[in-house]
Amino acid sequence: MSILTQSTVAAGVRPSRAVRRRRVLRKARNLAGLLPFFVYTLIFFGAPTIMVVIKAFQDQQHHWTLANVAESIQTIYFDSFVESLKLSLWSASTGTLVGFAATYALLKTGNTWLRKIVQTAAGVFANTGGIPLAFMFIAALGTYGMVTEWLQRIGIDIYGGRWTLFGFSGLLLVYLYFQIPLMVIVILPALDAQKREWREAATNLGASTRQYWLHVGGPILFAPVAGAFLLLFANAFAAYATARALTSGTLPLVPLQIGSLLSGNVIADKANLGFALGFGMIVIVAIAMFIYNATQKRAAKWLQ
Amino acid sequence: MAAVVRRRRERHIFAWAILALIALYFMLPLVSATEFSLRENNGTHGLNAYRAIFQQTDLRDVVMLTLRLTVISVVLSLAIMVPTVTMVHLGAKKYRRLVEFISLQPLVIPPIVLVLGVVNVMPVSLLGSADLLGFEYVVLAMPFTFRALDAGLMNLDVKTIVDAARGLGASWFTVLVRIVAPNLRSGIFGAMFLTIALVLGEFTMASLMLWNTFPTWIATVGQSDASLSVALSVASLAFAWVLLVLISFADRRRKA
Repeated sequence: MSILTQSTVAAGVRPSRAVRRRRVLRKARNLAGLLPFFVYTLIFFGAPTIMVVIKAFQDQQHHWTLANVAESIQTIYFDSFVESLKLSLWSASTGTLVGFAATYALLKTGNTWLRKIVQTAAGVFANTGGIPLAFMFIAALGTYGMVTEWLQRIGIDIYGGRWTLFGFSGLLLVYLYFQIPLMVIVILPALDAQKREWREAATNLGASTRQYWLHVGGPILFAPVAGAFLLLFANAFAAYATARALTSGTLPLVPLQIGSLLSGNVIADKANLGFALGFGMIVIVAIAMFIYNATQKRAAKWLQ
Repeated sequence: MAAVVRRRRERHIFAWAILALIALYFMLPLVSATEFSLRENNGTHGLNAYRAIFQQTDLRDVVMLTLRLTVISVVLSLAIMVPTVTMVHLGAKKYRRLVEFISLQPLVIPPIVLVLGVVNVMPVSLLGSADLLGFEYVVLAMPFTFRALDAGLMNLDVKTIVDAARGLGASWFTVLVRIVAPNLRSGIFGAMFLTIALVLGEFTMASLMLWNTFPTWIATVGQSDASLSVALSVASLAFAWVLLVLISFADRRRKA
């Protein structure tokens, strides 16, 4: 049927009324089939998100104002954006680095059996977050944790100084538990696609290992690594449960601030401040996604 | 020549050493949690913490609510996503990118922001029911359900089999339930398992909408009984992992 329509159009003949009607009907049927999806996402996802953005710019009497947004980037709330960004950037860069090293080492061993295990394990660990993860680390490195007690027995008291699992560096250590596997999942196909011939061609042309990575391997891997980094960043930035369970609100992070504003642990006239913080989170993730798209597009052009 | 071989072997040892260190980082918390959950008052080990799980008075309510949310999310997810993704592969190809874009948005907007909007935009009657949480889980699961079903349909000549069934006089409902669904089995299972894993682990929305699901319950228990909450964590992780490993096997079979 599509061949028939094409030939009539090509011959400059207007399609018959029956054909046109069938086309309109098909279009309507397609849209009708997609309607439940569009309506559902609009009600349960679109409307709440738009609400957050609108309310960020309104006071409680529904007058337009910039006061919420202004307050959300001041004092303690500014600190929480800084702290959240710091934690996300640190955990994303460490995760990217360690995950890359792990994947590189995995491919170096050339062991297919090991590779299958790592792939399955990474898929499983990357999905391990939230409350159970926090309790797992409390059992390991908490005040009475197994590892803490082991280390005490050999004379190392990790709680002797100022370090605690329930602060910034502790949280960073816990986040890596889902960040490293995510990096492995994302980067494995890209590292796998590095062609042996490229390396050989470069070597034959007299390139040293350093030169190969600087001028060939590095630029090719830039886009996937940058993409993975931004993915890890967004992942850590949005995390709430693990931070909530471990720090019980002592570390100022944006999601924790929104959580406590939402559960009403705060003066009533600050209710709309939560929306401004939420809006701030949306803006930051949007910027990350924008950079992501830019790096991927450039890479697509470059590899063509 | 011997030097080259030695250098290569040294590099291999280095690679294995890195992997062993990373494996240690992943194993230690697991082993610790298991040991911690088996600790008993007099310094010995036993299964008391696991026995205590079944003596909790609110266990029944928590399990019932979590099960209910799981059923709602899985059924609604499939009811919405299977026809949508099939449609996108059949005739509405130009909408594929739009549908994919929308489906991936829940990965972009953090759940903490979404819940903030939900409690403010939804009518009170709906907010009073735990089912709303299930409706939102359908949204949170969309990136995964879309991917799983989309990949399943890629491997299927869906146009041909649907045309054949329609030509033989099957209704659209029959086509979906008796033609598309059975052929899409592995994709549907993948979507189901991922949705279940999500519901069993989701904390942010459940706690802020004040519902006592399994994850929020573990957090509450943890404030008074550390070993019980670690035992619950181990149990829930073990359950989620079995699900996720099953998915990866289903995936491998599909590729084979």
